Amino acid sequence: MVRVDGRGSGALIEVRNLDKVYTRGGETLHILNGLNLDVERGEFVAFMGPSGSGKTTLLNLLGGLDLPTRGSITVAGDEITALSGARLSAWRARHVGFVFQMYNLLPVLTAFQNVELPLLLTGLTRAERRDHVEAALSLVGLADRMDHYPRQLSGGQEQRVAIARALVADPTFLLCDEPTGDLDRASAEEILDLLERLSADFGKTILLVTHDPKAAQRAGTLLHLEKGVLVEAKG
Amino acid sequence: MIRYLPLLLANVTRKKARLLLTVGSYAVALFLFGLLSAVDAAFSQGVEVAGADRLIVRNRVSLIMPLPISYRDRMLALPGVRTVTFATWFGGIYQEERNFFPNFAVDPDRYLETYPEFLVDPGQWADFLKDREACAVGQKLAQRFGWKVGDRIPLKGTIWPGVWEFNLRVIYRGSRPEDDEGQFWFRYDYLEERRPWGKGTVGWYIVRVTDPDRAAAVARAIDERFANSSYETAAETEKAFAAGFVRQMGNIQALILAIGSVVFFTLLLVTGNVMAITVRERLAEIGVLKTLGFSDGAVLGLLLLESCLYAAVGAALGLLGAKAFTLAGDPTGGLLVAFYVSWGRLGAGFLLALAVGLAAGLFPGLAAMRLKIVDALRRV
Repeated sequence: MVRVDGRGSGALIEVRNLDKVYTRGGETLHILNGLNLDVERGEFVAFMGPSGSGKTTLLNLLGGLDLPTRGSITVAGDEITALSGARLSAWRARHVGFVFQMYNLLPVLTAFQNVELPLLLTGLTRAERRDHVEAALSLVGLADRMDHYPRQLSGGQEQRVAIARALVADPTFLLCDEPTGDLDRASAEEILDLLERLSADFGKTILLVTHDPKAAQRAGTLLHLEKGVLVEAKG
Repeated sequence: MIRYLPLLLANVTRKKARLLLTVGSYAVALFLFGLLSAVDAAFSQGVEVAGADRLIVRNRVSLIMPLPISYRDRMLALPGVRTVTFATWFGGIYQEERNFFPNFAVDPDRYLETYPEFLVDPGQWADFLKDREACAVGQKLAQRFGWKVGDRIPLKGTIWPGVWEFNLRVIYRGSRPEDDEGQFWFRYDYLEERRPWGKGTVGWYIVRVTDPDRAAAVARAIDERFANSSYETAAETEKAFAAGFVRQMGNIQALILAIGSVVFFTLLLVTGNVMAITVRERLAEIGVLKTLGFSDGAVLGLLLLESCLYAAVGAALGLLGAKAFTLAGDPTGGLLVAFYVSWGRLGAGFLLALAVGLAAGLFPGLAAMRLKIVDALRRV
């Protein structure tokens, strides 16, 4: 169950009194104001909100890409807001799979090599890495495209490779930032089907930021970000 | 490390023109380094091959002033002196002046034993001892003029007039690559017999000492022995003598060092700029790597490896090219007899190139290391 009142306990992700303040050109912007969130393992949560409401900021904080001005984030018992440097990098590698709007594949690497990247940071052997990468690419339906470079793939295929990369190290949760924002309707549906399957069949915890109401409808829980706090829109 | 190789190679080869130009910059610079090393080796060859147990004793006034032949026995009587031999500069010209090579009259009885690094066929040396007009030449000198044993070689005297003819009896070779195989020796007794003046004198002595650690003390004793005579001596170790000889031609090493420094500094600027552009173009990708869990240190390490890879490949090409070039021999036709670059020098050049690679990658790498992920991802 997802809660936004800060009264939950023992959830996979616990966010407490999260503030994020930016100062730009002498102006102070309060993006997040005492935000609370509890997400249980296996939940599929969508975040919506107008541009500039702080959706991506929240995702960056949850993924350990940025540090809050105040408050704490605890994932599976680890308070990530207390981590920094190499320990935070190692935590990210172990626990988070990222999917971006623009796919963010490395253009000089093949689909296989892109998916293999997170595994380079593990102690797996080359053969074990190969098995994991092939399994991940098979899961997203691109086993026959593993030697293709990103420029040789369609947008939808690129995003599926990105999802395979996010999944390959079996992270604790996936963070998806507008994963269908740059895709046509058909490709977007394919990606949403895939995410839904990952949630339903594999019990993956997924946090999805989107502008698209149709995409948001696929999630089990829809939260709106308004004035720096989360408001539940659908249970 | 090996697991990052595909990523490393993909990054290095992503812009073929840049790869070619960067590797080419290293290759050209290190080729030049190799050639400068060979030139330096050729000029300081005498210093490098100098025997630790040999002293050179010359006239205190100048090398061109002679010393009496009688000094040999007087030096032999000094404690610490093992053997004494001598040589006299002849300054002969073969056919035309540009065919310069060092030629001098030597003491046939002891010269060879004083220079054990020169390898001679015993049969040829026996012929040398039997023939008053015999001469011995280094292998490179023989190759230069196509001489072979039995040839009659005329030299035109510049100090003592006339055409002097010699029978080539010996072709010696050095036991080390840097040994001078460009000399021409002939018998002192032949010089004595024919020269109209200067009889009873020699150009310089070569003294072998019993203990190299006492070489300086023996040199002092020699100079003291002949102090206040008509022919005062200046004795010094062969290394010091050779170094002084090189200094007479100007500070070659300083010149080479200056040229080398400018080349390497320019290389650093060029490759540093390449790495800075590389990082700037790849900020978003660096952000992605960090997002996936690559630490700041790993990102820095990858960029330094990339920079060093350019350096290693370019340096290997340039240095091997220089080695191949020097193996072909002296390009000046005789001025740089020991034109040779050692594997040690090549190794030093390679390490120097890696150091430039590290330095070139360091500042862009540190900038990438400090890059915040959220700032990098905004550039997508």
